[in-house]
Formats: sequence, C-alpha cells, structure tokens
Amino acid sequence: MKMKWLGLSRAIHPADRKGTAGLAIKPLSGFSRVTIPLDMQVGPGCEAIVAKGDHVDIGDPLGKPLGSWSVPVHASVSGVVESVREQILSDGSHAQYVTIISDGKDTVSDHIQKPVVTDHASFIEAIRSSGLVGLGGAAFPTHIKLNPPPGKKVDTLIVNAAECEPYITTDNRICIENADDCIAGALATAQWCNIDNVVIGIEDNKKDAAAALKEAAKRAKREGQGNVEVKVLPTSYPTGAEKVLINLINGRIVPEGGLPADVGVIVQNVTTLWFIAQYLKTGMPLVKKWITLDGGAVKTPGNFEVPIGSTIEEVIEKAGGLKAEARKIIMGGPMMGVAVDDITRPILKHNNAILVFTEEEAILPEESACIQCGRCFRACPMKLMPAALDKAARANNTAELEERHVLNCIECGSCTYVCPAKRYLVQNIRIGKALVRAARAAAREKGGKD
Amino acid sequence: MLRVSASPHIRDKVTTRSVMLYVIIALVPVIIASTFIFGWRALMLFGISAASASFFEAIARRVMKRKQTVGDLSAVVTGLLLAASLPVDCPIWVLLIGNFVAIVVVKQMFGGLGDNFANPAVTARIVLSVSFTAQISTFSVLGKCVGETATDLVSSATPLAIVKQGQESLPSTLDLFLGRHAGCIGETSVIALLIGGIFLLVTGIIDIWAPLSFISTTALFMLATGQDVLVHLLSGALILAAFFMVTDYVTTPTTILGKIIFGVGAGLLTGLLRVYSSMPEGVSFAILLMNILTPHIERWTTPLTVGGVKHAKS
Repeated sequence: MKMKWLGLSRAIHPADRKGTAGLAIKPLSGFSRVTIPLDMQVGPGCEAIVAKGDHVDIGDPLGKPLGSWSVPVHASVSGVVESVREQILSDGSHAQYVTIISDGKDTVSDHIQKPVVTDHASFIEAIRSSGLVGLGGAAFPTHIKLNPPPGKKVDTLIVNAAECEPYITTDNRICIENADDCIAGALATAQWCNIDNVVIGIEDNKKDAAAALKEAAKRAKREGQGNVEVKVLPTSYPTGAEKVLINLINGRIVPEGGLPADVGVIVQNVTTLWFIAQYLKTGMPLVKKWITLDGGAVKTPGNFEVPIGSTIEEVIEKAGGLKAEARKIIMGGPMMGVAVDDITRPILKHNNAILVFTEEEAILPEESACIQCGRCFRACPMKLMPAALDKAARANNTAELEERHVLNCIECGSCTYVCPAKRYLVQNIRIGKALVRAARAAAREKGGKD
Repeated sequence: MLRVSASPHIRDKVTTRSVMLYVIIALVPVIIASTFIFGWRALMLFGISAASASFFEAIARRVMKRKQTVGDLSAVVTGLLLAASLPVDCPIWVLLIGNFVAIVVVKQMFGGLGDNFANPAVTARIVLSVSFTAQISTFSVLGKCVGETATDLVSSATPLAIVKQGQESLPSTLDLFLGRHAGCIGETSVIALLIGGIFLLVTGIIDIWAPLSFISTTALFMLATGQDVLVHLLSGALILAAFFMVTDYVTTPTTILGKIIFGVGAGLLTGLLRVYSSMPEGVSFAILLMNILTPHIERWTTPLTVGGVKHAKS
C-alpha cells in the first residue's frame, strides 16, 4: 500500500507491461539486406571506408572513426555493398548509410580475433575497436566512459540492470540467460579500470534475473574472480536513470552539470558489460542487437537477436507480423524512446526495443490548463518544478529557466506522464533547455568579442 | 502514416475531470447528511448551485470565445462548495448571484481554472456575506435535530454564535460531531466531512499537510487563548475548509513546506478572527488572505534541485 496521503513520492509507477519477460531471446536470421548508419553514438561517428560493389563479411569495419570519441561500425551480414549515401537519421541528424545486400551465407570475417588485453590502455583500445556504445539506450561511447578525466578517482562500478522502462525486457533476459558473463564482464571492467567495488542495481519485478545474478556472483566469488554485490531495488520509474540509480545504490549525489565520475562512480548497463565479456572471449564486434518487440499492434511480442541495420519492417515480418495497423513506432521504451517516421528505419546499436502502437495507443491527448496540482513536482526525481519550467519555456523566459535550474532536467518524462491536464511538460522543458544553452552560447560569443 | 511525437508516449489515466469527480464523490456524504439535518431544501440548494455554476461556466467560456471547459466538472465542485457554505435559508436568487461571482468574476475573468488566484467558492461566500448579510444570517435546522417537536425548519443559533454571544447552551459533543445543529448546510456534519476527507487522502487526490497544519494550528490557538477547543474544531467551516478549501490545487502551494505554511497561516488567521473580531466565523477571510500569499509561499519554499548549486545573488 502506497501512502499517497503523505505526498512524498519522487517517482512514478506506470504499469510495467513486461509480458515478454519470460520469453527467451530468439535469433532472427535470413535478412535480405541491412542499412547501417555510420553514426550511432554520442559524438561524431565514422566516415565510410567501403564503396559500392565491395564485398564485406560479418565483422569487417565499414567506416573509420572521425574523432577520439568515435567508435568503428562493422558489417552485420556478409554480402555486397549496394550503396553508401548521406541520409537523415531518425533523430534528425545526418549520417552516411551503408546498405549491404546479404549473400545469405553469414560468412564471418577472417580478421576477427580475440583482443590482447594487458593493461588499462589496451583494454580501452579493445573496447573501442569492438564498436561498443552504451546499450541501455544512451549510445554514449563506452571507451570514453571507462576512461574518466585524470584526477577523478572512481571507486565504484554500478551495473545498471534496473530496466525501469515499461515493456523492455532484454536486459532481464540477458541476465537470466547469461548471468555468468554479466558478472565476468563487470569484473573484467572493474579489474582493468582499477575499480574496487562492483554493485548491480536491479528492480524487484525481475526476480528471476536478480536470482540468476546473485547465483553467478556467488560462483564468481567462490572461484576467486572477485566480489559483486547485487542490490534489489523497489520497482519504480526512473530507477535506471544514472543519477537516480547512483543515489539509490550508494547515496551519492551527482552535482548539477557534473558526471558520475565526479562522485567516484561509473555506471554501465548490464548488457554492455555482458557484451564486453563476450568480446574479450571472441573478438566479435558489436554487429547484433537484442531487442524487445512489443506493443498492441504486434502479433507475437518477444525478445529477438537481430543484425544491426536490419529494417524495423523486416524484423517485424520475421518475428510474426502485425495484427493491427501500426500508427506509432517507438525505438526504445515508451517513456524516453524515439518515435520514428518510417517503418524502414534500421535497428541501431543502442536500440533495445521496438514498440508498435495501435491507433488507440498512439492517441495524443489534448492539453488543458495547468491546475497546479503539484503532481509533476512530486514526480520529478530532480526536485524541479516542471509546471513552472513549462510556463517559462513557453514564454521564452531564459532568466526564469536558468533560475530554476532547467539544465538539471534528465528528461525522464515522469512529469508529462502524471499530468492530469495532459500538458506536454517535458517536451516544452526540452525546448527550454535548448533556449538556455543558446543564450549561454550567445553570451560566451559576446564575451569573447569584448 | 506513422504518428511522430516527442516522448513520453504513454500517459497516466488521471485527468482533471477524474480529479474533480473524486472531489464530487467525496462531497456525497456531506450532501446526504445535510439532507437529513436540513431537509430537502438543502439537497435542492446543492443541485441548483452545481447546475447554475456549470451554466455560468459554459456561458462565460462561450462569450469569451475560449475552449469549452464545463466538462472538466470544476464548476460543479465550486457550486457544491458554495452551497455547502450557505445556510438552508439562503434565497435562491442570492445563491445564483453567488455562483455568478464565483464562476464569472473570480474564476473566468482571471483566465479560468488554474489561473484564478483566489478560491471561487470562498471569495463568493465573502461577497455574499458582505453584500447580503441579512439574507444569509438566519440559520435554520430541522426541529427534530435540535430536540424540538416541530418537524419543520426552526431558526436556531450556530454554535460559534453561541460561543460569541453566550446566551444559549451549546449542542452536545455528539450532536456537534454528527452535525445536528444550525449552521451552513455542508459544514455541520463533521463525520460526513471526515469520510469525504479520508476518501480524498487515501486516493491521493489531496495530501495531509495542509489540513493537518490548519486544524492543529487552530486548535493550539484556541487552547492558548482559553477557548473551548472542541467546539471550535467541530463547528463552523473549519473541517469543510480543511479538506476541501485549504487543499484546493490552484489557490494553495504545491510544496509540502508551502502547504504547512499555508495551513499554519490560515489556522492563525482563523483563530484571530474567531476570537478577536466581531464576526463569529473567520475561515473564509483566513483562506482568501492565504490565497493571496500563495505565489510568494510557493517561491520561498521551492526546493533546490538535486545536486544543484544555489545561484549567487546578483
């Protein structure tokens, strides 16, 4: 029983809709073609090193990194490059797309070999060559995260297995099906990055996954591999948000505008760490992705392994098709995922779900006046006042937005979710954040000229 | 065609209308109790008040060429609360003027639900009590409820008036609790108000801070000034206001500290007015004054964001 009458909540409790939690990850194969964007990460992506007509095998690099943040992108099927062209990504940015027509053989590249890791530098280099980005959905390059600026001593690696978004169950499945490798990946990362403590945070609606991780942690300890603590947290949203999770795990508070490393913490998604264990064993770069396919329009929801770059359309078709007209397609969860404009968009490295919504699920509610009920304020994990930020953003009032610390908003969407007046709060707050950033940039430029 | 929109893509079921519906449900015990205590005329007043408030809302929105909002049921809540704070003897035309003031003047002229700085029902009641003092200062009650043989309405003094003038004897504590005494139709039955208030608390429509601080501050004030604490808690508008007015979303703060400050302030003002002014009751004025302070309280009590650094004063 929630004590609603105290009005103390700092989280929301949407129905978790994790009906696919019990369904094992099923590999889908036989894709006719893949379209792989060369930019699937935070920071600049890659420049193509293949051209039309080239033959590529699984694991061959398709582009060379453009900067120190960039990670390589690899072929996910074997076949012939059909085209390399500039295209707009689902988030509105531009990138080169490489389309490969599959030869149906799934030949693995000869170049694939187990990485040689002897120290922190070679570990970071290996992680970078694997093409890894944060698989929880943020696509932050892992080699950058694991290499914090000098002077910041990290003492805790927090493994994010919270998976607090409704519908998504891939982290849950990875934990259940590969618990030993999840632990091994976390311990290897902690070892090479010289981090003392490893703590896994997982919500209590994933009992099987938590039990599997605990068992695996026990085995690892017995075999002298190291210590991993599994912390079971109450189910609520947004437990898995980096700053929220850190606070729940060890009570530390990341300063506004700061990084987890500022409080001695690195947070990595559990699937990311599991992939690290896989990569260290095999050297196979990130060419496949594990996704939950769900939503009211999907005939047979489930968890699937698909090649990166396969189209949403082909994934849906191979997974059993639709039972109703698709009116909205979301990459990621319903709280923070991106609605895509085209069913032929490719699966990206950081996609963890494809949700196909029916007309009824896709209805956009009409907003009415704010009644100042305070639900958004009570829901905000950052203790911001979303209604006031929304008002300031609509009025282009950057001074008020600054005053109210708008940049500390993590865009979890809880405010919009709870609003009884159905106001588009976080949506306007995002605009408010952009206004403040633009105003700051303009002030810097002016300051520079003076 | 696929629909594209910014996240989040799912919404909670709670709507403005459903919130108002919960408040209306919470008022049902009070309406039933008032019908037993004051007769069918009380029920009729509630009905006419809710209907006329909705009518004024619909007309005002149409005349002002704004989106129709009568369906959000907030006008029904205002109408019921205004009726609740009037005596059963109130003439219908006075009730209609009250609803006009509440909906058109206090609410819609300031922009409608959400933009009204003062509680419409409370403000309208004050306007009526100042403008039509004679029409709304007779308090009747069904004779059988006050131990008389008459089955009809009989005029009687309210407990707070008795406290102020000290001529008659007060009703028993049980009668105060059940509401079997003269007063405004929605204010007398403490038990019915508590049922509604607890309903709003457990469903999470309101939280405890403002009612708790309001009631306890008033009680402490009465204790400190040597008044009969129980009579002051169980009569007048205190309990109705505690659950339905100091908890109004629009006109009270949203922070917990803000709610406590609001409740303490309203409690102190209620005590001062009840004990030292020439009026027996002071709840309405106390709430209106605190409504005016609400934007300031909200600003004073805005918490610092998690991990935030205070801005340097410029």
